[in-house]
Amino acid sequence: MTDAQLVTLAVFLPALATVPISLAASRPNLREAISLATAATTAVVVLSLVPGVIAGARPETARFSIFAGIELGFAVEPLGMLFASVASVLWVVNTIYSIGYMRGNGEPRQTSFYVCFAVAISSAIGIAFSANLFTLFLFYEILTLSTYPLVAHRGDEEARSGGRVYILLLLGTSMVLLLPAIIATSVLAGTLDFTQGGILAGTASPVIIALLLAAYMFGIGKAALMPLHFWLPAAMVAPTPVSALLHAVAVVKAGVFTVVKVIVYVFGLDTLTGIGANEWLIYVASASLLLSSLIALTRDNLKARLAYSTVSQLAYVTLGAAVATTTSVVGSSLHIAMHAAGKITLFFCAGAIYVAHHKTEVSQLDGIGRKMPVTMAAFLVGSLSIIGMPPFGGMWSKWLLGLGALDAGQAFVVAVLMLSSLLSVGYLLPIVARGFFRPPPGETMEEVKVKEAPTACLIALMITATLCVVLFFLAGDMQLLLEGMFAPPAQL
Amino acid sequence: MIEHHLPALLVVVPLVAAVVTALIRHGIAAYVTTLVASWTLPVMALMLLGQVLDGGEVSYALGDWAPPVGIEYRVDGANAPLLVLVAAMAALVATYAPRSVASEIDIGRRGWFYTMFLLCVAGLLGIAITADAFNAFVFLEISSLATYVLIALGRDRRALLAAYQYLILGTIGATLYVVGVGLIFVMTGSLNMGDVAARLAGIENTRPIFAALAFITVGISLKLALFPLHVWLPNAYAFAPSMATAFLASTATKVAVYLLLRFLFSLFGTDFVFVQHPITPILLALSLAAMFAASFVAVFQEDIKRMLAYSSVAQIGYITLGVALATQTGLTGAMVHVLNHALIKGALFLAVGCIVYRTGVFRIDQLAGIGRTMPVTMAAFVIAGLGLIGVPGTVGFVSKWYLVAAALEQGWWWLALAIVASSLIAVVYVGRIVEIAWFREPSSRVRAGKRLPIEMIAVTWVMAGATIYFGLDAEFTAGLAGRAADTLLAGLAGPG
Amino acid sequence: MSQVAELLPLYNYWITIFLMISGLYIVVARGNMVKKLVGLSLFQTSVYLLYLSPGKILGGTPPIIAEGFEVYSAPLPHVLILTAIVVGVATLALGLALIVRINEAFGTIEEDELFDRDDDDA
Repeated sequence: MTDAQLVTLAVFLPALATVPISLAASRPNLREAISLATAATTAVVVLSLVPGVIAGARPETARFSIFAGIELGFAVEPLGMLFASVASVLWVVNTIYSIGYMRGNGEPRQTSFYVCFAVAISSAIGIAFSANLFTLFLFYEILTLSTYPLVAHRGDEEARSGGRVYILLLLGTSMVLLLPAIIATSVLAGTLDFTQGGILAGTASPVIIALLLAAYMFGIGKAALMPLHFWLPAAMVAPTPVSALLHAVAVVKAGVFTVVKVIVYVFGLDTLTGIGANEWLIYVASASLLLSSLIALTRDNLKARLAYSTVSQLAYVTLGAAVATTTSVVGSSLHIAMHAAGKITLFFCAGAIYVAHHKTEVSQLDGIGRKMPVTMAAFLVGSLSIIGMPPFGGMWSKWLLGLGALDAGQAFVVAVLMLSSLLSVGYLLPIVARGFFRPPPGETMEEVKVKEAPTACLIALMITATLCVVLFFLAGDMQLLLEGMFAPPAQL
Repeated sequence: MIEHHLPALLVVVPLVAAVVTALIRHGIAAYVTTLVASWTLPVMALMLLGQVLDGGEVSYALGDWAPPVGIEYRVDGANAPLLVLVAAMAALVATYAPRSVASEIDIGRRGWFYTMFLLCVAGLLGIAITADAFNAFVFLEISSLATYVLIALGRDRRALLAAYQYLILGTIGATLYVVGVGLIFVMTGSLNMGDVAARLAGIENTRPIFAALAFITVGISLKLALFPLHVWLPNAYAFAPSMATAFLASTATKVAVYLLLRFLFSLFGTDFVFVQHPITPILLALSLAAMFAASFVAVFQEDIKRMLAYSSVAQIGYITLGVALATQTGLTGAMVHVLNHALIKGALFLAVGCIVYRTGVFRIDQLAGIGRTMPVTMAAFVIAGLGLIGVPGTVGFVSKWYLVAAALEQGWWWLALAIVASSLIAVVYVGRIVEIAWFREPSSRVRAGKRLPIEMIAVTWVMAGATIYFGLDAEFTAGLAGRAADTLLAGLAGPG
Repeated sequence: MSQVAELLPLYNYWITIFLMISGLYIVVARGNMVKKLVGLSLFQTSVYLLYLSPGKILGGTPPIIAEGFEVYSAPLPHVLILTAIVVGVATLALGLALIVRINEAFGTIEEDELFDRDDDDA
């Protein structure tokens, strides 16, 4: 199978799996087995492309013409490779977790759940491998539409209301800001293809370019740049596997991936820094970063706290892209993977706590560490990765972000990064501390019995916690992969 | 031999079939005649399209009387796609019809219903194909009168009121149109569109010509349901039989758009209409009003057909917006939306017809949980609804792309924002249906119901599928639209 | 004054306009459905005048080709108006038929009363 065929397979395989999954609706074990098998196969297909891309290969598929020069097509480059790998690998883990969670909670309509999930992952990989803005936009919208039923899954009034905010904000930003920005790009540059060095150089005045950048940044609602971040806390009404994979990994990462991709391959780093169109974005991203961390401190609901933490961490990626040096962009891209591993662990733990003890608020979590030691240990690992401590992956991405900021002479950004690390200590570590060092309400330390989450959930969160550590050591290779974004095209 | 007479046959076949159906009157035989006649139409229309794509225009002199003395039928890039659209919709809706019509119309009236349907088709095809201004009036009235009857045959007694209201307004519109044609006739002495275009060029005193333009535009706008002349449309669509609504929603207003375009561009000429006179700002303002006001009103409707009717008024606003921009991109956007919206609204109303057939329900709050009991139909509804919103991969996206690009080409970024902002309102009213259909428990009325006939669900899915197919393979429709735009912008040189 | 003198010979157009406006006024102002239809017919009739009167050429004979006559009145408007009259008659007939059925269904043909009964239906 040629690489191009592998790329197409990776994108469409999960979507195709929806048919057997729907047909197996009445046999849950078979259905789950199909999901798992599809996830594993997709991950293998995607990962098989990695060595080639590190070596400089850039597989491309043929273009399918839609109309008037607008084409559908896939092309693999380092950033997309990273995102697709993260998404597909974590889908496998998430499926394992979902099995435990959905059955443990007795959630209804599980078949539509797995079906929508498959379509969402297909869209995420489609975004990762898109060759031009139209393909990206197509899968971006499919991602929004396929995750809406997942957000509103519970079906009660609260879930419906959350779903409404979710879809209105995401479709609103993409239709009102992102789409005109894309069309404007097409009119100005004459093409929509992602090209190294960008396609907008010299096509319009600096003011227009800056406005266009604003339209993109706020139009990419999935990147949750404040003040258009409300959909993310609203989406927490979804079952936790949804929050874990989609709102720690696929949806939000699709957003910041698009941000980085647009900045690198549509605008071009040199074009941006040359006219200074990125200055305002540095300040907006920093503000988003700090504000959401502060809000996270005030949230008692665990998932809400993690949601605001995600908004903050996404702003890291946007900030790195805004600083627009190669090092900071590589740091941003690395953070996509590092944050994914850390946050998914945290969400898995939150869901595990809910399944095992039906507790959702941080204030209820005293002594939980004694009842769920494995879970809380994983929570500690995830927290430390988010905070940026060695030996966890999160350290490297922050390091590179700081380095890139210094390269650009933006010492202020380094201060922001350090401040936010402190804040994340503030909203994450107390949970661990209370969990281990305080007795549960109404019990003493000695009486506590261990009651852990379902086994599937435990396996999943242990895998992701280990991943946080593994990524610390893999960071070097990942950096090598990502620097390929700026390398001249290899002679094949 | 037949190829030569295709333009005439396209109108004559449904006309004769209508007479035959009127004489037969027996329900099933009438239906079969209708079905057979309807299916010949897309075949003929496609052959004509082929001729146009091969060799340019096709000009046919009725009765071999040469224009400008005789009546000329002319098929060129602008109306060939429309002919295919009307013919195809007639055939599809006729296939969908039998049991839907049977459930909504008494047995004694079914023969008449099919007669009127065929007359309406003949009228619409005639408007689209003729190159004689007065002949267009005749066909306009033929199709309108048939439409009034079609609407009046609806089950609810308010259908009669809707038909009457449409009759009054429609006749005023047609009469205004004929006043305009009269003024042109007085000034140029001719009725053939090409001939008039040539003679108008040499006229000094343009005030009567401008008056004619005004009368014709307002007259056709009434038929077109351009805001604020759209008042008849919600009632008409809501109370007509489902099959009639589906057909009318996808064809009647579109043909009126075509007629307006023909007059604005081919007859009066771009220069006269848009440069010398302020048509653009007026049309732009009315289009924006339609897009926002009608979409907004659609959100609050209780009846699903009414909601879709207001949505249609809004979508017509998009089409006239493209017309107002009067550039190649703008006109392509308008023409492609004519085609695309016909597909989308056709699919939506056909799906609603399925719902009404099975449950008899059309109030939105009574449709709770219908997504679970009629998943296939509702899936078609949602897919077409996504087209309304303009999600990429659907036809709605293609239209939106062209319109926004046209606005941006003029540097009117505020207009581009208005276009996309108004489609956000569509998210609300489509999303409302999705929520009620899937996130509520099915009511008893929704659970019970007759089995959906295969032809109804099949045609609905063909239409819904078309909204995706032509959204992904848009070269064909966009190509036709672009060609139409070019033809219109080039103007008519003289009688063919 | 000279302006009035210019406009006076155009009395045919003035009559047309008068009929048109009165017809439209009746349609808008009268609540009885039959009266509306009458107004509509009046409106349509004005259009016939609009076509026919300019067709008459001053000093022209009826449009029948005969020896010795050079100037003919225009024949085409008559043809067009015959068609338009047919359309008008059909519209009137349809409108009246609708009114009969509305009367059967609602018991009234006054617009304001119909609105009241219409709201009850909802």
